[in-house]
Amino acid sequence: MAVSENSGTIPETPPAWLSILKMLWRDKFALCAAVFLTVIVLCAIFGPMFLEDQAMRNNLRGRNAPPFDFSKDWKFWLGGDALGRPLLARIIVAAQNTMMVAAGAVLFSMAIGTGLGLIAGYTSKLGSQIIMRLADVIMSFPSLLLAVIVLYMLSPSVTNLIIVLAITRIPVYLRTTRAEVLEIRERMFVQAAQVMGASTWRIVFRHILPVVFPTLVTIATLDFAFVMLAESSLSFLGIGIQPPEITWGLMVAQGRPYLTNAWWLSFMPGLAIILTTLSLNLLSNWMRTALDPVQRWRLEIARKKK
Amino acid sequence: MSHLLEVRNLTVDFHTAQGTVHAVRDVSWHLDRGECLAILGESGSGKSVSASAIMNLIDCPPGEIVTGEILFEGADLLKKSGEERRQLNGKRIAMIFQDPLSHLNPVYTVGFQIEEIMTAHGWPADKARARCLELLERVGIPDFANKVDAYPHQFSGGQRQRLMIAMALALKPDILIADEPTTALDVTVQAQILALLEELQRETGMGLLLITHDLGVVAEVADRVVVMNSGQIVETGSAAEVYRAPAHPYTKKLIGAVPGGGDMAQPLDTGIAPILEINGLSKHYGAFAALDNASLTVLPGETVAIVGESGSGKSTLAKCLLRLEEASMGEALWQGRDLVTMPARDLFEMRRDIQMVFQDPTQSLNPRMSVYQIISEAWAIHPDILPKPQWKERVRDLLEQVGLSADHMFRYPHQFSGGQRQRIAIARALALEPKLIVCDEAVSALDVSIQAQVIELLTRLQDELGLSYLFIAHDLPLVRDFAHRVVVMQGGRIVEQGPVAQIFDAPRMNYTRNLMAASLHPDPEVQAERRAARDAIKEAS
Repeated sequence: MAVSENSGTIPETPPAWLSILKMLWRDKFALCAAVFLTVIVLCAIFGPMFLEDQAMRNNLRGRNAPPFDFSKDWKFWLGGDALGRPLLARIIVAAQNTMMVAAGAVLFSMAIGTGLGLIAGYTSKLGSQIIMRLADVIMSFPSLLLAVIVLYMLSPSVTNLIIVLAITRIPVYLRTTRAEVLEIRERMFVQAAQVMGASTWRIVFRHILPVVFPTLVTIATLDFAFVMLAESSLSFLGIGIQPPEITWGLMVAQGRPYLTNAWWLSFMPGLAIILTTLSLNLLSNWMRTALDPVQRWRLEIARKKK
Repeated sequence: MSHLLEVRNLTVDFHTAQGTVHAVRDVSWHLDRGECLAILGESGSGKSVSASAIMNLIDCPPGEIVTGEILFEGADLLKKSGEERRQLNGKRIAMIFQDPLSHLNPVYTVGFQIEEIMTAHGWPADKARARCLELLERVGIPDFANKVDAYPHQFSGGQRQRLMIAMALALKPDILIADEPTTALDVTVQAQILALLEELQRETGMGLLLITHDLGVVAEVADRVVVMNSGQIVETGSAAEVYRAPAHPYTKKLIGAVPGGGDMAQPLDTGIAPILEINGLSKHYGAFAALDNASLTVLPGETVAIVGESGSGKSTLAKCLLRLEEASMGEALWQGRDLVTMPARDLFEMRRDIQMVFQDPTQSLNPRMSVYQIISEAWAIHPDILPKPQWKERVRDLLEQVGLSADHMFRYPHQFSGGQRQRIAIARALALEPKLIVCDEAVSALDVSIQAQVIELLTRLQDELGLSYLFIAHDLPLVRDFAHRVVVMQGGRIVEQGPVAQIFDAPRMNYTRNLMAASLHPDPEVQAERRAARDAIKEAS
């Protein structure tokens, strides 16, 4: 890299949001994923407000109505369920509960697991031992069984569901974070920061966490699908979300008896789960590249190649 | 007469996302039986590429052999099939690498790995075993009959390189390619390995192709040398000729950059009060003493070099001083106050005065932070040095002070070369306006010409800012040019210390003399004298 001559002037950098948008534009898959997820989030926020009534209204003439019948009202384009309720409207409405449970559980378990993992990785042996044994206790207990017991004792509600699912997923983040911290804390740049007098706080959050973060985001996106399915199992057992409340997982479960003659009852909400997870994966993949200065050029030069 | 191995007009390209890189362009050289040819060049000069092409180690794509032929006993290797080349690799042409640890498989015994070469080429197991024992004895592995079933981690670095040599020689190859075989080793071990390679070459009459960046290694073993720069051969000739009368400016520059030729610094006036005084500093791991009762002083504006082989405790000394490790005993007085027992609050203030530059700038700079963030972090930690609005200006000044420019401010470490990265690390150390900088092998990962530039930078900064350096190194010629005083360490102890002229011209201890004799000089004639001196020491002991 040649040293240029025009020294003295400090280069201007474009604002961060602009370069992020540019990088997103370069990766078309990630762009589609981002658009799709935005739609889902909008559905989750505004869907119940406008469509709650229609989603709950029985219409016996539309029982198990087949999908893609465009002569009907747009809400029936994805078909109707066993009670003749429009599937599309129900999927939109159900987005709220599904997103709340899945995002809540994933964010909680990620925050708590990462925090404990950082502590376990960077503090004394004793503190680390205590945290790790606690994680072992959670891990050795089958997570669904734990959820069943806790939800049986507490009343099944969205909040309780989030808490229970979050607790069962904590060890995944905790163990990953700790393992990475143990390796990164020995790196030279951490020592360099120590020599400068950086506080533990600064070393952990400024130097270690950014290196661990992409790994955690990748796990979180995979976990997102797991949590959605775990929630549907619990709902199926009758201790998760209770009808008439709906989630995608619950819709999949409810469609199961009709699989042979009305496959769309399970398939459509299942497709919503798959597309959401897929989008999250694509977006996290993009984010991992965008966050890493060493990899970022892949997004910055993509246009020139074409 | 045809040569044993001849490379003709070889051009290799690598197609990368940033465009096509011409790794080597129109390169031709040859190697005869019983001779040693050295390919000399700095990192990125393409010196390893032709060897990789011979061994069929270039990944295609991204690599592409554009033109040229590689003639082995008259037949073009590039026209042979993969299967035919596998028959030659290992059997007729063998190779050893820089880092023996990463080229030995940690889960197999060394005996198994050496025998595997032979069984892969169709030898029966018992015959392979016998040959393996013979080889281990020949390359000088002590207690070889038992060690044959040991695993790679149970050997020292020098022994591992001997194992690699044994492996390479198993099938009595006609050509041995050695890619930086001694770069990762201590000077005394380096001398032993080079001597072994020479002996083996004389015994078997094979051709030895040595790839190196070190003029000293060339002077020690090579008959002829090929000098490469950015993918092209700039000069060819006998080792002595090239050193005596370099024709190409690049070769002149390379020889000029080699340390060890300049004037030695005069010791500073001892009347001044020392800025740092270490008394009886020790560090024990259980019963093992990594650092044992070390005492030394550093004056303001002085460069004190600590030299020694790996494991001599020189890095431990630095770490104890900076409190990256807690010392077991002793004291380190910084302007009269003890660093070892200092409470955390005072230590924080002290951090401003003592800074460190690490060996490998690739690892010591956080890859996710821009240069601006890396340098300004010092002021984020110590907010009273500089208010935030002035950070950018000051980063620019520091970058210019170390020979970079303001344009580099928002780039990331991976976008710089090794030498530039080390400049960034120095700028970071300077940001705190320290009085003492501890340089832990700060230039040993750099090319010779870059090394010279960084040393020049350090000297200039010392003159301008009155800095003191504690300069930890294993490279003696470098120390000779740069230090005021030298401290020699062995096995955790300081065995000798004194002004640089005294240590280099009249070393008192045997260990120091050994170290001096083992270090390599770029002049083949001087090197021949040194070898004689080394043999004399060996016979005397």
